[in-house]
Amino acid sequence: MSDFPIPVKPKSRFRLALESDLFYTFKRSPVAMVSAAVVLVLVLAAVFAPLIAPTNPFNPASLNLMNGFTPPMAPNAFTGDSFLLGTDDQGRDVFSTILYGMRISLFVGVAAVFFAMVFGITLGLISGYVGGWTETIIMRTADVQLTFPSILVAMLIFGVAKGVTPVEYRDQMAIWVLILAIGLSDWVQFARVVRGATLVEKNKEYVQAARLIGRKPGAIMLRHILPNVLSPVLVIATISLALAIIAEATLSFLGVGAPPTQPSLGTLIRIGQGFLFSGEWWILLFPAATLLVLALSVNLLGDWLRDALNPRLR
Amino acid sequence: MLAYIIRRVGQSALVLLIVGLVAFSMFRFVGDPIDNMLGQERTAEDIDRLRAQLGLDQPFVVQYYKFLEGAVQGNFGVSYRQGRPVAEILLERAPATLELAMVSGVLAILFGIALGVFTAIRRDGVLANVIMSGSLIGVSLPTFLIGILLIYLFSVELGWLPSFGRGETVDLGGWSTGFLTESGLKALILPSITLGLYQMTLIMRLVRSEMLEVLRQDYIRFARARGLRDRAVNFRHALKNTMVPVITVIGLQLGAIIAFAIITETVFQWPGVGLLFINAIQFVDIPVMAAYLMLISVMFVGINLLVDILYFFIDPRLRADRSGGH
Amino acid sequence: MADPVLSIRDLSVEIPTRHGIVRPVDGVSYDIQAGEILGIVGESGAGKSMAGNAVIGLLTPPAHISKGEIWLNGQRIDHLKGDAMRRLRGKEIGMVFQDPLTSLNPLLRIGDQLTETMLTHLPIGRAEAEKRAVAALEEVGIPGAAERVNSYPHEFSGGMRQRVVIALALCAEPSLIIADEPTTALDVSVQAQIIALLRRLCRDRGTAVMLITHDMGVIAEATDRVAVMYAGRLAELGPVRDVLTHPQHPYTHGLMASTPLASQGKSRLHQIPGAMPRLDAVPDGCAFNPRCPYATEKCRQAPVPRVSNGQAACWYPLVDEKVI
Repeated sequence: MSDFPIPVKPKSRFRLALESDLFYTFKRSPVAMVSAAVVLVLVLAAVFAPLIAPTNPFNPASLNLMNGFTPPMAPNAFTGDSFLLGTDDQGRDVFSTILYGMRISLFVGVAAVFFAMVFGITLGLISGYVGGWTETIIMRTADVQLTFPSILVAMLIFGVAKGVTPVEYRDQMAIWVLILAIGLSDWVQFARVVRGATLVEKNKEYVQAARLIGRKPGAIMLRHILPNVLSPVLVIATISLALAIIAEATLSFLGVGAPPTQPSLGTLIRIGQGFLFSGEWWILLFPAATLLVLALSVNLLGDWLRDALNPRLR
Repeated sequence: MLAYIIRRVGQSALVLLIVGLVAFSMFRFVGDPIDNMLGQERTAEDIDRLRAQLGLDQPFVVQYYKFLEGAVQGNFGVSYRQGRPVAEILLERAPATLELAMVSGVLAILFGIALGVFTAIRRDGVLANVIMSGSLIGVSLPTFLIGILLIYLFSVELGWLPSFGRGETVDLGGWSTGFLTESGLKALILPSITLGLYQMTLIMRLVRSEMLEVLRQDYIRFARARGLRDRAVNFRHALKNTMVPVITVIGLQLGAIIAFAIITETVFQWPGVGLLFINAIQFVDIPVMAAYLMLISVMFVGINLLVDILYFFIDPRLRADRSGGH
Repeated sequence: MADPVLSIRDLSVEIPTRHGIVRPVDGVSYDIQAGEILGIVGESGAGKSMAGNAVIGLLTPPAHISKGEIWLNGQRIDHLKGDAMRRLRGKEIGMVFQDPLTSLNPLLRIGDQLTETMLTHLPIGRAEAEKRAVAALEEVGIPGAAERVNSYPHEFSGGMRQRVVIALALCAEPSLIIADEPTTALDVSVQAQIIALLRRLCRDRGTAVMLITHDMGVIAEATDRVAVMYAGRLAELGPVRDVLTHPQHPYTHGLMASTPLASQGKSRLHQIPGAMPRLDAVPDGCAFNPRCPYATEKCRQAPVPRVSNGQAACWYPLVDEKVI
């Protein structure tokens, strides 16, 4: 053996991730693994919906009204066509509408959380770092907003945004308005956590040092303070995702969300509810079950993540 | 104590003022009600006449003043959609929502606290764990799905309970109540469970975690060391201390129930202010939206104020700190 | 000699952990007579409090009594469960905790906490209990007791609160008091008052006291006999004067020498090399052997003899050696 230090090949990021505590607790939690797997499958199904779905339910050319109300796994009385999960009143394949609906639900959910995260982190960093009046105004606004349930805030924002959108663009813009409404209703949590951490970090020596050597405030916040708040932000983001998916479904169900031309899971449930009494249960049941499984798995994953990253909160 | 209450009232007024500004801005700047009310076939005279009728032709300051003056008197103008005074419509609808919210709130608080205490005391018991797992599903389950599920079970399959509306109501000096008729009471059951379930789950989980925290405290160990009965330790000592932080959240939840009534009222076609609000959003009926916002803010702020005052009667430390004490 | 109030025989407490079973109390025996104050001394983690918790039946699961017997006034109590044990707590055994700031329920009046304790254990009515509550507060030296019964805990200072805690522990007239570090959280100026109070009350009533502390000053001042614990085991047991001035166990000797009280005038305090072993890694033989200057092969292998009064758990007890 030589006395010289043998250069150690640095571990790849992948290996580091595999050996981390987080991954260790992940492997030990069956609930987390199952929910992660379910979420993964659903996300993939949503992303590749155009490839997986047997039909494009929103292409009028592919629809046959004769196929309406076909029960699952049974041939249609007129056309003999068979559908895995049946069809709705207009002959659209329920399985396909669910895939496309989930695509919209997930897109709105992820985009809204991303928007809330960026917005909240930015305001949190600014109010923590700058302080003074800026902080007072931002945090008081947050307090007032927090007094109201976020779903109500989202509805109001949706209503107002709808009001300022010209009538002819409303359906086109609805998805974006929805993202804006849910995102704006959910930024407060991010801002609070980031502000708190910023207040703690900004007085630490290394931040003072960075300031002394003339780093710009923006750079200090991004390079030094932000990395310290990533794990709580990740937890909040996951839990917010479940809430955002539910919020989107709720708004769409209430008819103040995704338009019928771009139905999300909530819109599908709204449509399906109409057939509850007439016996066409599949039009309602399958979208509802999908929504439930999706929301529950994301929720469980968020719960596990919170416990794993912050054992104190247990 | 008086100083504290005055300060809290001041803060509440400030919040209401901010919300009022939001409501007025909506009123003034959002959308063109003329578009909404007249549709495609309109003439210039129609537009001008309606403008004048709604007061939209007046200068900003005049409208602002009129809005404030009106709001204080409970006057929020005329609904774009129904052409009737908003206040009149709201008053007509309010009893339905308040009765529903009241029943749900009582259910949520009673069961939420009872189950929370149970799961905390029997934290390792089988039943307690089943309840806890069930509650996670309860939190993930969107309110409207619970409603649909209940309708399917009890209206479609079993046919026991009505699936929409509030049954027969009795008019008591302008307040239409569903409490006095059989069909009214029956109609209340499913909506109030739907509305209360989510809040109950939240209250239960909160009570449980707070109570577990309290049960770890020294004074609980000391109470046990003095040989007090389990009942006294759990209910006299632990529960009282648990309730201090829980009350704030319960207050917020009561407000939330009134807001979440929007969803339940839509599922059950319950003729309350929530359904009115959803229709207002769909048709961009700004006066109704603004009035609803103001109404619900007053309720929220009022509940929060009550909760803060309630603290004085529960926590002697606050009483002493705020009133100068010893 | 009369029958002891408390008699502990070969008591062991076990906690199963991921790294195997640890024994925070391991084969401990001692008696406490009526009116006697027994000091239990040792470093933190030596198992002092755990023994007290075992006696009053408040071990936090999964900790449990694995061996031995506890006798209170001729009744065996180590196997008592639930309600039977609860009836003894407060009634026969009173307990005083370390921190008076957290021992009292902040939301209940002092008087209510006193009366509920008495009503639980004594066959008296509310009016009588309220009268006794005032008397109990007067007895522990709280001025204006008649009004102060209606005060809340936060309205008292730390020392006054500990007086209230003592009143609570004594109000149902137990025959044994377990005082677990009763002065540690208090100001130095108040410590002596509290110790004197505890001493006076117990002498007057003939209450036996188990006084758990790590403070040799408190031991010297208040106790009749002292039990020295090390790594869950009893190192030495004897009259306080003997143990303080003529320690027989090398650990006790080191402890005395490192206490400012006993080594007054010395320029440097003695230090015991090393640290107490973790409970999951207690060495074979005498637990103290790695740190003991006199240790032999025998100390590393053979289990040490159990102690009775006036003895040290040591193969080679120090004979008449003055503290350095």
